[in-house]
Amino acid sequence: MSQAEALAAPRVKAVWTLGLLRSELSTTFRRWRTLALLAVLTGVPILIGVAVKIETSDGSTIGGGGPDGGGPAFIAQITNNGLFLVFTSLAATLPFFLPMAVGVIAGDAVAGEANAGTLRYLLVAPAGRTRLLLTKYATTMTFCVVATLVVAVSALVTGAVLFPLGDVVTISGTRIGFAEGLWRAFLIALVVAASLIGIAALGLFVSTLTNSGIAAMATTVGLLITVQILDQIPQLHAVQPYFFSHHWLSFADLMREPVYWDDLTKNLQLQALYAAVFGSAAWARFTAKDITA
Amino acid sequence: MATVIETRELTKRYRGGQLAVDRLSLTVPEGAVFGFLGPNGSGKTTTIRMLMGLIEPTSGAAEVLGRPMPRATRAVLPQVGALIEGPALYGFLSGRDNLLRYDSADPTADPRTRKARVDGALERVGLRAAAGKKAKAYSLGMKQRLGLAAALLQPRRLLVLDEPTNGLDPQGMREIRTLVRELADDGTTVFLSSHLLDEIEQVCSHAAVMAQGRLITQGPVAELAAGARGKLVVTTPDIIDAGRVLKECGITVLTTDGDRITAEPPPPDMDLAALNAALVTVGVRVRGFGVERASLEDAFVALTGEGFDVAG
Repeated sequence: MSQAEALAAPRVKAVWTLGLLRSELSTTFRRWRTLALLAVLTGVPILIGVAVKIETSDGSTIGGGGPDGGGPAFIAQITNNGLFLVFTSLAATLPFFLPMAVGVIAGDAVAGEANAGTLRYLLVAPAGRTRLLLTKYATTMTFCVVATLVVAVSALVTGAVLFPLGDVVTISGTRIGFAEGLWRAFLIALVVAASLIGIAALGLFVSTLTNSGIAAMATTVGLLITVQILDQIPQLHAVQPYFFSHHWLSFADLMREPVYWDDLTKNLQLQALYAAVFGSAAWARFTAKDITA
Repeated sequence: MATVIETRELTKRYRGGQLAVDRLSLTVPEGAVFGFLGPNGSGKTTTIRMLMGLIEPTSGAAEVLGRPMPRATRAVLPQVGALIEGPALYGFLSGRDNLLRYDSADPTADPRTRKARVDGALERVGLRAAAGKKAKAYSLGMKQRLGLAAALLQPRRLLVLDEPTNGLDPQGMREIRTLVRELADDGTTVFLSSHLLDEIEQVCSHAAVMAQGRLITQGPVAELAAGARGKLVVTTPDIIDAGRVLKECGITVLTTDGDRITAEPPPPDMDLAALNAALVTVGVRVRGFGVERASLEDAFVALTGEGFDVAG
């Protein structure tokens, strides 16, 4: 049929398809909700820094006990070196604040569009289901990186204002220069962002299951809390290594000299596994779904 | 004539078991303004969603622009503009940003000319002045216009409009009709669903009628209306005398309403003037007399044996 032939090749340039990603990023980062989440994440390091400053203003030390005495990792060293506020803040936000923020963004990714009805118009544009899903995942991952960097930069600035900066004493007891310390902080931020790959994939999958953005967000954050609780129950130690949050705090091993890679690698492998499993599940679900919203 | 939409035995049964569309075979010729008519709940929107590749049919096949759907969405949909079940917008974005987003979702849209396309579409639906306002501040009519603008971002071969005049005031409805006619004159095929009969009658060249998931009839509007018989209408203050005379002439009176008598049309061999003269001769004061052409509504009632507004 001549009509069919005329249709065979709609002209598409590869870079044009990236327009959707650009649009998605600017749409996500212009939402008040996203900005509010980032504002909360900015506030956490400031709070920790001020609290430490107040508590140590009379010359006493934080926690008083050993390295595991009280509060998040590294907190005792902040007064000596503001750079440690970066590590402390990441350790404090990784168990809940960061994954919660990612859960909100990922859970809302597809379900939120379905809820607003905009999903059907994106698909008849036609965005393409696989392309839209990849765009959503890429945007969620971008948010992971941005959110982690927001915590790190806010902590670095707060640390520099409130405390002295200088050489860094590693967990192994050796000293490294400030520049090297800064580099390690950057690596840690990247590892923390990568630790969120799993929950991002899980949230996206949940998001393809429902037409309610709120339900998807609540489910994802609920799963996060449940897994965190189960990870504390000793009787479950057989399955705990498969929880996406199990190796999260391994980023501290980057502060050893030499770096201790075992747990770091396990964490990254686990995150990749989650991305593969739940990414495929999300794809299978979304490409076969009837869009009735 | 080439066909733009062709379905064969298209069927959709939802997971709950509800049969939304039942063996629908539809043919939309190129260049037509095709009215897709039926009460709420008759399966119009489900059909449109299957045509747009949003829903997988349970059985049967659908072709749009000569390609199978939903398999060929990537090739077909860039040439199709659609307004499905009302507009959906990002409330926190301005009208213009909404269009920019929908345009960037189309991989065949050149980003260098995006701004010009968006401005052109805004102009066409009369939203240029309100383009910078956040979409959540728009009235229903403005949202409807913005939805239409999204469907008109590119020159389209087919425009699918699902209840496009919903929520519009009479002025807005007129504008939509004018727009549809303009587009049709440019050679765009328009597929227009509605539950409003007069809307279809005013703009459509062809129509199909659905009820409870089934196709009742389809064809050119003139033929559909011709299938139903007209009515003889007499307006007079002397209702009783007039009714008697009509009966004596062998004409069945259907209804009497105030000073209006509606009756079966006289047989073709009867002279209307003679009938009128018979009325006047016995002293009936005739104020109005004539045969009214059958409307699409008459056709629908004749086909289904029930009122149009009964939902499935």
